[in-house]
Amino acid sequence: MKRRNLLTALAGLCVSGCDALSRSQWFPNLLKSGEDLSRTVQNALTPRRAMAQEFSERDLSPNFRSNGTSNPADDAYQALARGGFADWRLQVDGLVERPTSLSLAQLRAMPARVQITRHDCVEGWSAIGKWKGVQLAALLAAVRPKPSARYVVFHCADPMDRVGTRYYESIDFDDAYHPQTILAYALNDADLPIANGAPLRVRIERQLGYKMAKFIMRLQLVDSYAGIGAGHGGYWEDRGYEWYAGI
Amino acid sequence: MAQSSARGYSYHRHALLVRVSHWINAVVLALLLMSGLQIFNAHPSLSWGKSSYTGRSPVFETTAVTGADGQPVGITRVFDHSFNTTGVLGVSQMDGRPVARGFPSWLTVPSYQWLAMGRHWHFFLAWILVINGIIYLAFSALSRHLVHDLTPTRADWRSIGRSIVDHILLRHPTGSAAARYNILQKLAYLTVIFLLVPLMILTGWAMSPRLDSLAPGWVSFLGGRQSARTLHFAVAWTLVLFFLIHVFEVLISGLWNNLRSMITGRYVIPADHHTPDSR
Repeated sequence: MKRRNLLTALAGLCVSGCDALSRSQWFPNLLKSGEDLSRTVQNALTPRRAMAQEFSERDLSPNFRSNGTSNPADDAYQALARGGFADWRLQVDGLVERPTSLSLAQLRAMPARVQITRHDCVEGWSAIGKWKGVQLAALLAAVRPKPSARYVVFHCADPMDRVGTRYYESIDFDDAYHPQTILAYALNDADLPIANGAPLRVRIERQLGYKMAKFIMRLQLVDSYAGIGAGHGGYWEDRGYEWYAGI
Repeated sequence: MAQSSARGYSYHRHALLVRVSHWINAVVLALLLMSGLQIFNAHPSLSWGKSSYTGRSPVFETTAVTGADGQPVGITRVFDHSFNTTGVLGVSQMDGRPVARGFPSWLTVPSYQWLAMGRHWHFFLAWILVINGIIYLAFSALSRHLVHDLTPTRADWRSIGRSIVDHILLRHPTGSAAARYNILQKLAYLTVIFLLVPLMILTGWAMSPRLDSLAPGWVSFLGGRQSARTLHFAVAWTLVLFFLIHVFEVLISGLWNNLRSMITGRYVIPADHHTPDSR
Protein backbone atom coordinates (compact mmCIF):
# COMPACT_ATOMS: atom_id res chain seq x y z
CA MET A 1 0.00 0.00 0.00
CA LYS A 2 2.85 2.37 0.83
CA ARG A 3 4.51 1.63 -2.49
CA ARG A 4 1.23 2.39 -4.25
CA ASN A 5 0.98 5.74 -2.44
CA LEU A 6 4.53 6.52 -3.50
CA LEU A 7 3.73 5.71 -7.14
CA THR A 8 0.58 7.86 -7.03
CA ALA A 9 2.58 10.71 -5.54
CA LEU A 10 5.26 10.36 -8.24
CA ALA A 11 2.63 10.31 -11.01
CA GLY A 12 0.97 13.38 -9.48
CA LEU A 13 4.30 15.17 -9.36
CA CYS A 14 4.91 14.35 -13.03
CA VAL A 15 1.45 15.55 -14.11
CA SER A 16 1.59 18.80 -12.13
CA GLY A 17 5.17 19.34 -13.30
CA CYS A 18 4.09 19.00 -16.94
CA ASP A 19 1.17 21.37 -16.33
CA ALA A 20 3.46 23.94 -14.72
CA LEU A 21 5.89 23.69 -17.66
CA SER A 22 2.98 24.12 -20.12
CA ARG A 23 1.94 27.34 -18.38
CA SER A 24 5.46 28.78 -18.19
CA GLN A 25 6.80 31.34 -20.62
CA TRP A 26 10.01 29.64 -21.70
CA PHE A 27 9.04 25.98 -22.05
CA PRO A 28 6.35 26.33 -24.76
CA ASN A 29 8.81 28.51 -26.70
CA LEU A 30 11.31 25.65 -26.54
CA LEU A 31 8.63 23.18 -27.70
CA LYS A 32 7.69 25.47 -30.60
CA SER A 33 11.26 25.28 -31.93
CA GLY A 34 10.16 21.87 -33.18
CA GLU A 35 7.60 23.60 -35.44
CA ASP A 36 10.33 25.43 -37.42
CA LEU A 37 12.31 22.20 -37.72
CA SER A 38 9.23 20.32 -38.96
CA ARG A 39 8.41 22.98 -41.54
CA THR A 40 12.00 23.09 -42.81
CA VAL A 41 12.22 19.30 -43.12
CA GLN A 42 8.76 18.95 -44.70
CA ASN A 43 9.59 21.69 -47.22
CA ALA A 44 12.83 19.89 -48.04
CA LEU A 45 11.13 16.49 -48.40
CA THR A 46 8.12 17.55 -50.48
CA PRO A 47 8.49 19.84 -53.51
CA ARG A 48 6.57 23.12 -53.30
CA ARG A 49 4.20 21.96 -56.02
CA ALA A 50 3.79 18.37 -54.77
CA MET A 51 0.11 17.50 -54.91
CA ALA A 52 -2.13 16.29 -52.09
CA GLN A 53 -3.86 12.98 -52.80
CA GLU A 54 -7.09 13.23 -54.81
CA PHE A 55 -9.86 10.67 -54.46
CA SER A 56 -12.74 9.25 -56.45
CA GLU A 57 -16.49 9.83 -56.09
CA ARG A 58 -16.96 6.59 -54.15
CA ASP A 59 -14.64 7.88 -51.38
CA LEU A 60 -16.92 10.89 -50.68
CA SER A 61 -18.12 11.22 -47.09
CA PRO A 62 -21.93 10.88 -46.95
CA ASN A 63 -22.19 14.18 -45.07
CA PHE A 64 -19.37 16.66 -45.09
CA ARG A 65 -18.94 17.57 -41.43
CA SER A 66 -19.30 21.22 -40.43
CA ASN A 67 -16.91 22.42 -37.74
CA GLY A 68 -16.31 25.76 -36.05
CA THR A 69 -18.88 28.38 -37.08
CA SER A 70 -21.88 26.72 -38.74
CA ASN A 71 -23.90 29.91 -39.27
CA PRO A 72 -22.28 33.32 -38.64
CA ALA A 73 -24.16 35.36 -36.02
CA ASP A 74 -23.79 38.57 -37.96
CA ASP A 75 -26.60 40.79 -39.29
CA ALA A 76 -24.75 41.89 -42.43
CA TYR A 77 -23.88 38.29 -43.29
CA GLN A 78 -27.45 37.10 -42.66
CA ALA A 79 -28.76 39.83 -44.99
CA LEU A 80 -26.36 38.66 -47.71
CA ALA A 81 -27.41 35.04 -47.18
CA ARG A 82 -31.11 35.97 -47.50
CA GLY A 83 -30.33 37.48 -50.89
CA GLY A 84 -28.57 34.32 -52.05
CA PHE A 85 -25.24 36.21 -51.81
CA ALA A 86 -26.17 38.23 -54.94
CA ASP A 87 -24.94 41.40 -53.16
CA TRP A 88 -21.82 39.76 -51.72
CA ARG A 89 -18.50 40.92 -53.13
CA LEU A 90 -15.00 39.63 -52.48
CA GLN A 91 -12.61 42.51 -51.79
CA VAL A 92 -9.02 41.96 -52.92
CA ASP A 93 -6.61 44.64 -51.71
CA GLY A 94 -3.42 45.34 -49.78
CA LEU A 95 -0.07 45.11 -51.53
CA VAL A 96 -1.46 44.71 -55.06
CA GLU A 97 -1.19 46.86 -58.21
CA ARG A 98 -4.89 46.57 -59.05
CA PRO A 99 -7.20 46.24 -56.05
CA THR A 100 -10.55 44.82 -57.10
CA SER A 101 -13.81 43.39 -55.92
CA LEU A 102 -15.58 40.43 -57.46
CA SER A 103 -19.14 39.13 -57.32
CA LEU A 104 -19.96 35.45 -56.97
CA ALA A 105 -21.13 35.45 -60.61
CA GLN A 106 -17.77 36.85 -61.72
CA LEU A 107 -15.92 34.16 -59.76
CA ARG A 108 -18.12 31.45 -61.28
CA ALA A 109 -17.35 32.79 -64.75
CA MET A 110 -13.60 32.27 -64.24
CA PRO A 111 -11.92 28.94 -65.15
CA ALA A 112 -12.68 26.44 -62.37
CA ARG A 113 -10.81 23.54 -60.81
CA VAL A 114 -12.67 20.51 -59.40
CA GLN A 115 -10.93 18.31 -56.84
CA ILE A 116 -11.95 15.48 -54.51
CA THR A 117 -9.73 15.87 -51.48
CA ARG A 118 -9.48 14.88 -47.85
CA HIS A 119 -10.08 17.51 -45.18
CA ASP A 120 -7.97 16.83 -42.07
CA CYS A 121 -9.08 18.54 -38.87
CA VAL A 122 -6.56 19.39 -36.15
CA GLU A 123 -8.81 17.36 -33.83
CA GLY A 124 -7.97 14.20 -35.77
CA TRP A 125 -10.95 13.44 -38.01
CA SER A 126 -10.99 13.49 -41.81
CA ALA A 127 -13.80 13.95 -44.35
CA ILE A 128 -13.64 13.68 -48.13
CA GLY A 129 -15.46 16.21 -50.31
CA LYS A 130 -15.64 17.35 -53.93
CA TRP A 131 -14.78 21.01 -54.29
CA LYS A 132 -15.12 23.40 -57.20
CA GLY A 133 -13.61 26.85 -57.31
CA VAL A 134 -11.18 29.38 -58.74
CA GLN A 135 -7.47 28.83 -58.37
CA LEU A 136 -6.11 31.53 -56.07
CA ALA A 137 -3.12 31.83 -58.43
CA ALA A 138 -5.44 33.02 -61.22
CA LEU A 139 -6.97 35.68 -58.99
CA LEU A 140 -3.52 36.85 -57.87
CA ALA A 141 -2.41 37.12 -61.51
CA ALA A 142 -5.34 39.49 -62.10
CA VAL A 143 -4.56 41.81 -59.17
CA ARG A 144 -0.75 41.69 -59.60
CA PRO A 145 0.91 41.44 -56.18
CA LYS A 146 3.58 44.04 -55.40
CA PRO A 147 7.11 42.66 -54.93
CA SER A 148 6.92 43.29 -51.18
CA ALA A 149 3.81 41.09 -50.73
CA ARG A 150 4.56 37.82 -48.88
CA TYR A 151 1.27 36.56 -47.42
CA VAL A 152 -2.39 36.35 -48.36
CA VAL A 153 -4.71 37.12 -45.43
CA PHE A 154 -8.31 35.84 -45.49
CA HIS A 155 -10.78 38.04 -43.60
CA CYS A 156 -14.02 36.25 -42.71
CA ALA A 157 -17.59 37.19 -41.84
CA ASP A 158 -17.97 35.01 -38.75
CA PRO A 159 -17.68 36.67 -35.33
CA MET A 160 -15.95 34.35 -32.86
CA ASP A 161 -16.99 36.10 -29.63
CA ARG A 162 -19.21 38.86 -28.25
CA VAL A 163 -16.66 41.63 -28.84
CA GLY A 164 -16.72 40.86 -32.54
CA THR A 165 -13.32 39.22 -33.10
CA ARG A 166 -13.65 37.75 -36.57
CA TYR A 167 -12.06 34.63 -37.99
CA TYR A 168 -9.02 35.21 -40.16
CA GLU A 169 -6.18 33.16 -41.59
CA SER A 170 -3.01 33.66 -43.59
CA ILE A 171 -0.83 31.62 -45.97
CA ASP A 172 2.45 32.25 -47.75
CA PHE A 173 2.94 32.43 -51.51
CA ASP A 174 4.05 28.78 -51.78
CA ASP A 175 0.57 27.74 -50.73
CA ALA A 176 -1.19 30.68 -52.43
CA TYR A 177 0.19 29.64 -55.84
CA HIS A 178 -0.22 25.87 -55.29
CA PRO A 179 -2.45 24.39 -58.03
CA GLN A 180 -4.84 22.84 -55.47
CA THR A 181 -5.33 26.10 -53.55
CA ILE A 182 -8.77 27.19 -54.71
CA LEU A 183 -11.47 29.58 -53.58
CA ALA A 184 -14.35 27.10 -53.51
CA TYR A 185 -17.99 28.04 -54.12
CA ALA A 186 -19.33 24.48 -54.58
CA LEU A 187 -19.23 21.30 -52.49
CA ASN A 188 -20.34 17.92 -53.85
CA ASP A 189 -21.87 19.43 -57.02
CA ALA A 190 -24.08 21.89 -55.11
CA ASP A 191 -23.70 25.49 -53.95
CA LEU A 192 -21.42 25.66 -50.93
CA PRO A 193 -23.74 25.30 -47.89
CA ILE A 194 -23.62 27.95 -45.17
CA ALA A 195 -22.43 25.30 -42.67
CA ASN A 196 -19.35 24.76 -44.86
CA GLY A 197 -18.54 28.41 -45.45
CA ALA A 198 -20.87 29.95 -48.07
CA PRO A 199 -20.44 31.80 -50.27
CA LEU A 200 -16.68 31.21 -50.49
CA ARG A 201 -14.06 29.25 -48.59
CA VAL A 202 -10.45 28.49 -49.34
CA ARG A 203 -9.01 24.99 -49.83
CA ILE A 204 -5.36 24.57 -48.80
CA GLU A 205 -5.03 20.85 -49.25
CA ARG A 206 -1.62 20.29 -47.62
CA GLN A 207 -2.54 21.90 -44.31
CA LEU A 208 -5.08 21.27 -41.56
CA GLY A 209 -8.71 22.40 -41.64
CA TYR A 210 -8.36 25.51 -39.49
CA LYS A 211 -6.21 27.12 -42.22
CA MET A 212 -9.11 26.83 -44.69
CA ALA A 213 -11.07 29.96 -43.81
CA LYS A 214 -14.83 29.95 -44.44
CA PHE A 215 -17.26 32.87 -45.12
CA ILE A 216 -14.48 34.85 -46.86
CA MET A 217 -15.20 38.57 -47.34
CA ARG A 218 -11.79 39.98 -48.19
CA LEU A 219 -8.31 38.95 -49.33
CA GLN A 220 -5.52 41.21 -48.19
CA LEU A 221 -1.93 40.91 -49.40
CA VAL A 222 0.62 41.89 -46.77
CA ASP A 223 4.36 41.73 -46.14
CA SER A 224 3.78 40.72 -42.50
CA TYR A 225 0.80 39.58 -40.45
CA ALA A 226 2.25 40.92 -37.20
CA GLY A 227 -0.22 43.83 -37.12
CA ILE A 228 -3.35 41.73 -37.66
CA GLY A 229 -5.30 40.25 -34.73
CA ALA A 230 -2.87 39.22 -32.00
CA GLY A 231 -0.13 38.97 -34.63
CA HIS A 232 0.24 35.21 -35.07
CA GLY A 233 -1.37 34.96 -38.49
CA GLY A 234 -4.78 33.50 -37.68
CA TYR A 235 -7.62 33.17 -35.20
CA TRP A 236 -6.43 29.80 -33.88
CA GLU A 237 -2.77 30.76 -34.18
CA ASP A 238 -3.53 33.64 -31.79
CA ARG A 239 -4.76 30.91 -29.40
CA GLY A 240 -1.62 28.79 -29.48
CA TYR A 241 -2.00 26.65 -32.61
CA GLU A 242 0.80 26.43 -35.20
CA TRP A 243 0.83 28.87 -38.12
CA TYR A 244 2.35 26.06 -40.18
CA ALA A 245 -0.35 23.39 -40.05
CA GLY A 246 1.30 20.81 -42.29
CA ILE A 247 1.29 18.31 -39.42
CA MET B 1 37.42 -5.11 -17.25
CA ALA B 2 35.82 -7.94 -15.34
CA GLN B 3 36.23 -8.01 -11.57
CA SER B 4 35.95 -11.36 -9.81
CA SER B 5 34.89 -12.10 -6.28
CA ALA B 6 33.62 -15.07 -4.34
CA ARG B 7 30.01 -14.14 -5.17
CA GLY B 8 30.67 -13.88 -8.89
CA TYR B 9 32.14 -11.20 -11.12
CA SER B 10 31.08 -7.89 -12.49
CA TYR B 11 31.69 -6.38 -15.87
CA HIS B 12 30.85 -3.30 -17.91
CA ARG B 13 27.57 -4.26 -19.57
CA HIS B 14 26.20 -1.11 -21.23
CA ALA B 15 28.15 1.61 -23.06
CA LEU B 16 27.60 5.18 -21.85
CA LEU B 17 25.81 6.16 -25.07
CA VAL B 18 23.43 3.21 -24.76
CA ARG B 19 22.65 4.11 -21.14
CA VAL B 20 22.00 7.78 -21.91
CA SER B 21 19.83 7.01 -24.96
CA HIS B 22 17.89 4.40 -22.93
CA TRP B 23 16.85 6.92 -20.29
CA ILE B 24 16.09 9.64 -22.85
CA ASN B 25 13.82 7.10 -24.56
CA ALA B 26 12.13 6.18 -21.28
CA VAL B 27 11.18 9.79 -20.53
CA VAL B 28 10.38 10.76 -24.13
CA LEU B 29 8.21 7.70 -24.85
CA ALA B 30 6.21 8.21 -21.66
CA LEU B 31 5.57 11.87 -22.53
CA LEU B 32 4.82 11.02 -26.18
CA LEU B 33 2.16 8.58 -24.98
CA MET B 34 0.62 11.13 -22.60
CA SER B 35 0.64 14.02 -25.09
CA GLY B 36 -0.63 11.59 -27.74
CA LEU B 37 -3.60 10.69 -25.53
CA GLN B 38 -4.23 14.44 -25.10
CA ILE B 39 -4.44 14.70 -28.92
CA PHE B 40 -6.64 11.57 -29.09
CA ASN B 41 -9.05 13.15 -26.60
CA ALA B 42 -9.83 15.96 -29.08
CA HIS B 43 -11.59 13.32 -31.22
CA PRO B 44 -11.84 10.16 -29.09
CA SER B 45 -12.79 7.90 -31.96
CA LEU B 46 -10.81 5.66 -34.31
CA SER B 47 -11.92 4.65 -37.78
CA TRP B 48 -10.62 2.39 -40.51
CA GLY B 49 -10.30 3.89 -43.99
CA LYS B 50 -9.43 7.08 -45.80
CA SER B 51 -11.79 9.31 -43.82
CA SER B 52 -13.71 9.28 -40.53
CA TYR B 53 -17.04 9.50 -42.32
CA THR B 54 -17.23 6.52 -44.64
CA GLY B 55 -20.68 5.29 -43.60
CA ARG B 56 -19.08 2.62 -41.38
CA SER B 57 -18.94 2.76 -37.59
CA PRO B 58 -15.71 3.64 -35.76
CA VAL B 59 -13.63 0.65 -34.59
CA PHE B 60 -13.00 2.25 -31.19
CA GLU B 61 -14.74 5.14 -29.51
CA THR B 62 -15.26 6.66 -26.09
CA THR B 63 -18.35 8.75 -25.43
CA ALA B 64 -20.22 10.27 -22.50
CA VAL B 65 -23.96 9.86 -22.04
CA THR B 66 -26.29 10.93 -19.24
CA GLY B 67 -27.38 8.08 -17.00
CA ALA B 68 -30.84 7.52 -15.51
CA ASP B 69 -29.78 9.32 -12.30
CA GLY B 70 -28.59 12.35 -14.28
CA GLN B 71 -24.94 11.49 -13.72
CA PRO B 72 -22.57 11.25 -16.72
CA VAL B 73 -21.70 7.71 -17.82
CA GLY B 74 -18.58 6.85 -19.81
CA ILE B 75 -19.16 4.39 -22.65
CA THR B 76 -16.38 2.71 -24.61
CA ARG B 77 -17.27 1.00 -27.86
CA VAL B 78 -14.93 -1.56 -29.44
CA PHE B 79 -16.33 -2.68 -32.80
CA ASP B 80 -19.96 -3.45 -31.90
CA HIS B 81 -19.42 -4.03 -28.18
CA SER B 82 -20.17 -1.35 -25.59
CA PHE B 83 -18.71 -1.20 -22.10
CA ASN B 84 -19.42 1.07 -19.16
CA THR B 85 -16.01 2.58 -18.43
CA THR B 86 -17.06 5.46 -16.17
CA GLY B 87 -14.10 6.69 -14.14
CA VAL B 88 -11.47 5.74 -16.70
CA LEU B 89 -12.64 6.13 -20.32
CA GLY B 90 -15.35 8.50 -21.54
CA VAL B 91 -16.04 10.05 -18.14
CA SER B 92 -13.48 10.55 -15.37
CA GLN B 93 -12.95 12.67 -12.30
CA MET B 94 -11.24 16.03 -12.62
CA ASP B 95 -10.92 18.41 -9.68
CA GLY B 96 -13.38 16.21 -7.81
CA ARG B 97 -16.19 16.11 -10.37
CA PRO B 98 -16.94 13.84 -13.34
CA VAL B 99 -16.12 15.31 -16.75
CA ALA B 100 -16.49 13.96 -20.28
CA ARG B 101 -13.06 13.14 -21.72
CA GLY B 102 -11.54 10.16 -23.57
CA PHE B 103 -8.58 9.26 -21.37
CA PRO B 104 -8.41 10.50 -17.76
CA SER B 105 -6.41 13.59 -16.79
CA TRP B 106 -3.68 11.60 -15.01
CA LEU B 107 -2.79 9.96 -18.35
CA THR B 108 -2.58 13.13 -20.46
CA VAL B 109 -0.13 16.00 -20.91
CA PRO B 110 -1.27 18.64 -20.11
CA SER B 111 -3.72 17.09 -17.62
CA TYR B 112 -6.67 19.30 -18.68
CA GLN B 113 -8.00 19.53 -22.26
CA TRP B 114 -5.50 21.68 -24.20
CA LEU B 115 -5.00 20.32 -27.71
CA ALA B 116 -2.64 23.07 -28.95
CA MET B 117 -0.23 22.48 -26.05
CA GLY B 118 -0.46 18.69 -26.39
CA ARG B 119 0.55 19.04 -30.05
CA HIS B 120 3.54 21.23 -29.15
CA TRP B 121 4.73 18.60 -26.66
CA HIS B 122 4.12 15.71 -29.05
CA PHE B 123 5.90 17.09 -32.12
CA PHE B 124 8.88 18.41 -30.13
CA LEU B 125 9.32 15.07 -28.35
CA ALA B 126 8.95 13.18 -31.65
CA TRP B 127 12.03 15.04 -32.89
CA ILE B 128 13.96 14.09 -29.72
CA LEU B 129 12.96 10.44 -30.27
CA VAL B 130 14.09 10.52 -33.90
CA ILE B 131 17.40 12.30 -33.20
CA ASN B 132 18.11 10.04 -30.20
CA GLY B 133 17.24 7.00 -32.33
CA ILE B 134 19.54 8.03 -35.18
CA ILE B 135 22.46 8.58 -32.76
CA TYR B 136 21.77 5.22 -31.07
CA LEU B 137 21.57 3.36 -34.40
CA ALA B 138 24.74 4.97 -35.75
CA PHE B 139 26.61 4.10 -32.55
CA SER B 140 25.22 0.57 -32.47
CA ALA B 141 26.24 -0.08 -36.06
CA LEU B 142 29.72 1.42 -35.74
CA SER B 143 30.51 -0.13 -32.35
CA ARG B 144 29.09 -3.46 -33.57
CA HIS B 145 26.68 -3.48 -30.57
CA LEU B 146 23.99 -4.40 -33.11
CA VAL B 147 25.92 -7.38 -34.49
CA HIS B 148 27.50 -8.61 -31.25
CA ASP B 149 24.71 -8.11 -28.74
CA LEU B 150 21.42 -7.92 -30.65
CA THR B 151 21.68 -10.13 -33.73
CA PRO B 152 20.50 -13.69 -32.95
CA THR B 153 23.10 -16.42 -33.54
CA ARG B 154 22.39 -19.93 -34.82
CA ALA B 155 22.73 -21.18 -31.23
CA ASP B 156 20.16 -18.53 -30.16
CA TRP B 157 17.63 -19.79 -32.69
CA ARG B 158 18.19 -23.39 -31.54
CA SER B 159 17.55 -22.33 -27.93
CA ILE B 160 14.26 -20.58 -28.65
CA GLY B 161 12.05 -23.42 -27.36
CA ARG B 162 13.95 -23.68 -24.09
CA SER B 163 14.01 -19.90 -23.74
CA ILE B 164 10.22 -19.73 -24.04
CA VAL B 165 9.85 -22.37 -21.32
CA ASP B 166 12.42 -20.58 -19.12
CA HIS B 167 10.52 -17.30 -19.45
CA ILE B 168 7.21 -18.94 -18.56
CA LEU B 169 8.76 -20.63 -15.53
CA LEU B 170 10.50 -17.35 -14.61
CA ARG B 171 13.92 -19.08 -14.76
CA HIS B 172 16.84 -16.83 -15.55
CA PRO B 173 20.24 -17.65 -17.02
CA THR B 174 23.24 -17.61 -14.73
CA GLY B 175 26.97 -17.58 -15.35
CA SER B 176 28.23 -16.69 -18.79
CA ALA B 177 24.75 -17.05 -20.29
CA ALA B 178 23.57 -14.15 -18.09
CA ALA B 179 26.20 -11.92 -19.67
CA ARG B 180 24.40 -12.15 -23.02
CA TYR B 181 20.90 -11.27 -24.13
CA ASN B 182 18.72 -14.36 -24.61
CA ILE B 183 16.89 -14.97 -27.88
CA LEU B 184 13.48 -13.65 -26.74
CA GLN B 185 15.15 -10.56 -25.32
CA LYS B 186 17.00 -9.96 -28.60
CA LEU B 187 13.82 -10.42 -30.63
CA ALA B 188 11.88 -8.08 -28.33
CA TYR B 189 14.50 -5.33 -28.63
CA LEU B 190 14.85 -5.80 -32.40
CA THR B 191 11.06 -5.65 -32.81
CA VAL B 192 10.91 -2.37 -30.91
CA ILE B 193 13.88 -0.82 -32.71
CA PHE B 194 13.20 -1.96 -36.27
CA LEU B 195 9.44 -2.50 -36.39
CA LEU B 196 7.41 -0.71 -33.71
CA VAL B 197 9.24 2.63 -33.52
CA PRO B 198 9.59 2.91 -37.34
CA LEU B 199 5.86 2.09 -37.61
CA MET B 200 5.07 4.87 -35.14
CA ILE B 201 7.07 7.32 -37.25
CA LEU B 202 5.54 6.12 -40.53
CA THR B 203 1.94 6.22 -39.27
CA GLY B 204 2.70 9.62 -37.73
CA TRP B 205 3.90 10.88 -41.11
CA ALA B 206 0.78 9.46 -42.76
CA MET B 207 -1.36 11.79 -40.62
CA SER B 208 0.50 14.90 -41.80
CA PRO B 209 -1.40 16.53 -44.70
CA ARG B 210 1.86 17.96 -46.05
CA LEU B 211 3.70 14.62 -46.03
CA ASP B 212 0.69 13.09 -47.75
CA SER B 213 2.12 14.77 -50.89
CA LEU B 214 5.46 12.94 -50.48
CA ALA B 215 4.46 10.37 -53.11
CA PRO B 216 1.05 10.12 -54.77
CA GLY B 217 -1.30 7.95 -52.76
CA TRP B 218 1.32 6.44 -50.42
CA VAL B 219 -0.97 6.82 -47.40
CA SER B 220 -3.38 4.34 -49.02
CA PHE B 221 -0.81 1.58 -48.46
CA LEU B 222 -1.53 1.94 -44.73
CA GLY B 223 -5.26 1.79 -45.45
CA GLY B 224 -5.75 5.58 -45.55
CA ARG B 225 -5.21 8.42 -43.09
CA GLN B 226 -7.75 7.27 -40.52
CA SER B 227 -6.37 3.71 -40.65
CA ALA B 228 -2.94 5.21 -40.06
CA ARG B 229 -4.31 7.06 -37.00
CA THR B 230 -5.80 3.78 -35.71
CA LEU B 231 -2.49 1.95 -36.31
CA HIS B 232 -0.57 4.76 -34.58
CA PHE B 233 -2.79 4.25 -31.53
CA ALA B 234 -2.52 0.43 -31.63
CA VAL B 235 1.27 0.40 -32.00
CA ALA B 236 1.58 2.91 -29.14
CA TRP B 237 -0.24 0.48 -26.85
CA THR B 238 1.91 -2.38 -28.19
CA LEU B 239 4.90 -0.36 -26.99
CA VAL B 240 3.18 -0.02 -23.60
CA LEU B 241 2.82 -3.81 -23.57
CA PHE B 242 6.55 -4.14 -24.32
CA PHE B 243 7.25 -1.69 -21.48
CA LEU B 244 5.17 -3.73 -18.99
CA ILE B 245 6.92 -7.00 -19.92
CA HIS B 246 10.30 -5.26 -19.91
CA VAL B 247 9.76 -3.84 -16.41
CA PHE B 248 8.41 -7.19 -15.18
CA GLU B 249 11.53 -9.00 -16.42
CA VAL B 250 13.77 -6.32 -14.90
CA LEU B 251 11.99 -6.71 -11.55
CA ILE B 252 12.22 -10.51 -11.37
CA SER B 253 15.74 -10.90 -12.76
CA GLY B 254 17.43 -8.63 -10.21
CA LEU B 255 16.05 -5.11 -10.02
CA TRP B 256 19.10 -3.37 -8.50
CA ASN B 257 21.63 -5.22 -10.63
CA ASN B 258 19.70 -4.37 -13.78
CA LEU B 259 19.07 -0.76 -12.76
CA ARG B 260 22.73 -0.24 -11.82
CA SER B 261 23.90 -1.67 -15.12
CA MET B 262 21.72 0.82 -16.97
CA ILE B 263 22.97 3.71 -14.78
CA THR B 264 26.67 3.03 -14.13
CA GLY B 265 27.17 0.23 -16.64
CA ARG B 266 28.34 -2.31 -14.00
CA TYR B 267 26.52 -5.66 -13.97
CA VAL B 268 27.20 -8.53 -11.56
CA ILE B 269 27.14 -12.10 -12.81
CA PRO B 270 26.29 -14.35 -9.90
CA ALA B 271 28.72 -17.27 -9.30
CA ASP B 272 27.57 -20.41 -11.05
CA HIS B 273 29.39 -23.65 -10.40
CA HIS B 274 28.13 -25.26 -13.55
CA THR B 275 29.96 -22.96 -15.92
CA PRO B 276 33.68 -22.77 -16.66
CA ASP B 277 33.74 -19.02 -15.82
CA SER B 278 33.62 -19.54 -12.07
CA ARG B 279 36.22 -22.27 -11.79
